Amino acid sequence: MKVTQKDLDTVASLSRLRIDESERAEVLGQLDKFLTYVENLQQLDTSKVEPTTYALPMKNVFRADVVKPSLDRELALSNAPLKEDGYFKVPRVLEE
Amino acid sequence: MELNKLTAHELHQLLIDKKISAVEITNAVLDRIDQSEKSIGAYITVTREHALDSARTVDKKIADGQSIGVLGGIPIAIKDNICTKGIKTTCASKILENFVPPYDATVIQKLRAENPIIVGKANMDEFAMGGSTENSGFHVTHNPRDLERVPGGSSGGSAAAVASDEAIIALGSDTGGSIRQPASFCGVVGMKPTYGRVSRYGLVAYASSLDQIGPITKDVTDCAHVLNAIAGHDDMDSTSTAAPVPDYTQSLRVDVKGLKIGLPKEYFAAGMDSEVEQSIRNAASEYEKLGATIKTISLPHTDYAISAYYLIAPAEAATNLERYDGVSYGVRIDGVDVVDMMKNTRTALFGAEVKRRIMIGNYALSAGYYDAYYLKALKVRTLIQNDFVEAFKDVDVILAPTAPTPAFKIGEMIDDPLKMYLQDVCTVPLNLAGLPGISVPCGETSTGLPIGFQLIGRALDEETLIRAAYTFEQR
Repeated sequence: MKVTQKDLDTVASLSRLRIDESERAEVLGQLDKFLTYVENLQQLDTSKVEPTTYALPMKNVFRADVVKPSLDRELALSNAPLKEDGYFKVPRVLEE
Repeated sequence: MELNKLTAHELHQLLIDKKISAVEITNAVLDRIDQSEKSIGAYITVTREHALDSARTVDKKIADGQSIGVLGGIPIAIKDNICTKGIKTTCASKILENFVPPYDATVIQKLRAENPIIVGKANMDEFAMGGSTENSGFHVTHNPRDLERVPGGSSGGSAAAVASDEAIIALGSDTGGSIRQPASFCGVVGMKPTYGRVSRYGLVAYASSLDQIGPITKDVTDCAHVLNAIAGHDDMDSTSTAAPVPDYTQSLRVDVKGLKIGLPKEYFAAGMDSEVEQSIRNAASEYEKLGATIKTISLPHTDYAISAYYLIAPAEAATNLERYDGVSYGVRIDGVDVVDMMKNTRTALFGAEVKRRIMIGNYALSAGYYDAYYLKALKVRTLIQNDFVEAFKDVDVILAPTAPTPAFKIGEMIDDPLKMYLQDVCTVPLNLAGLPGISVPCGETSTGLPIGFQLIGRALDEETLIRAAYTFEQR
């Protein structure tokens, strides 16, 4: 197996996901099968190849620094699960 | 006359001749929706009242002697990952089940200038991750041509709506084939424009360097009209290109004399359905008869495209989907602290495929694996892009299958994610290279399932694609 139980815990934690005990074997198996498949990339010599992140040749895109109207605060908060006094409200982040 | 069976350009003529009204067209489409949604399930939301209001506005304009655009009064389905102000936009995810965008995507703003009638938001694979629309968090969409089969995906609802006359035209989005493959499965026309040709502002991001919005229509003429309406630079999307937008309807010409068409040998590999292969080869012969020249070409890195795509797209998705944390929008499931709340929310409300891709993406980006997986995939992306650069030195367009098989059965592949990924072999290379592609119906299997071919063009050369597709369609 390419992926260990510990890898799975790390990646789940990075993803802010929990994996149920009953699904662990299946998730691990699928991830492993996938990573085995993508091994074919290692057949290619890319030592002299630059990576491509965007498809078209694109340099910095500039625009004038002008203040424009933006979304009204109430509207921006309109989909929030919980809000208070014009802010998003979340459970406690810091200890008392 | 069943108005819902006509194309946008046919309906437009009838509208301006005052033979029919926009309300009549809209009612015909809404009736069809009432009749077939139970068996097809193309929509997540049907916007009946909104649609009839818009139709009355268009009829008033016509009565007042104002001119209307070609899309004025034409019922359109919008994929549910494109933000529509005041109309629920769910991305087929339970996590956005109640999300009502406070703004319109740029494509919607541009369309509104033409007054089309938004009849609903179309079903899709959750967050556009999938090729069958089986990954929708709400329901499966059935292929109108065979209800036991998938409509393709991820824009399966958009393609099914157009194919079943539950909409006249539709918008989809294409990250790895999500417009072209469902178009081919449902027997309609679908185009992924060049990356940057259409603004992505307001398209809920899946993989930002690959996503592109495009038309799904009944014919090539409607495709040109929709592309005219949505293409162009947008200050709100800095990746949109400033290149001028031609009038794509000028390319609706029967003319492929001297056009050099390449057939990439790697796209006719083992595993391809023999009827699909025959159908594409027949199309090549037809093009030859019409005056084009056919040349076998090689795109040598095709075999690596799936691996590169399924590392890059999930890596971008893992980052893009961090925002669904139960804080600013969507549904929240509470917890003892903020991290617990986020984990509860994401674990309960994301579907299996979305979780899988987030984890693949975070794995490929994580310390110790970044160079071997993500960076390697980006370098292979360069090689794939170079393949096309080389090929387009010899040919003007490339002709290939859109998908290696016709529509498969619902449930047939859902338990084998890798097998499902391999279905994308003909479509993902274009997204990696940023090139435009159009899927056009070119035949049927012996059992009556639609087959589509794909034309691939140079960057920003949608015009040649439209001309070649139109020539084939009119033959």
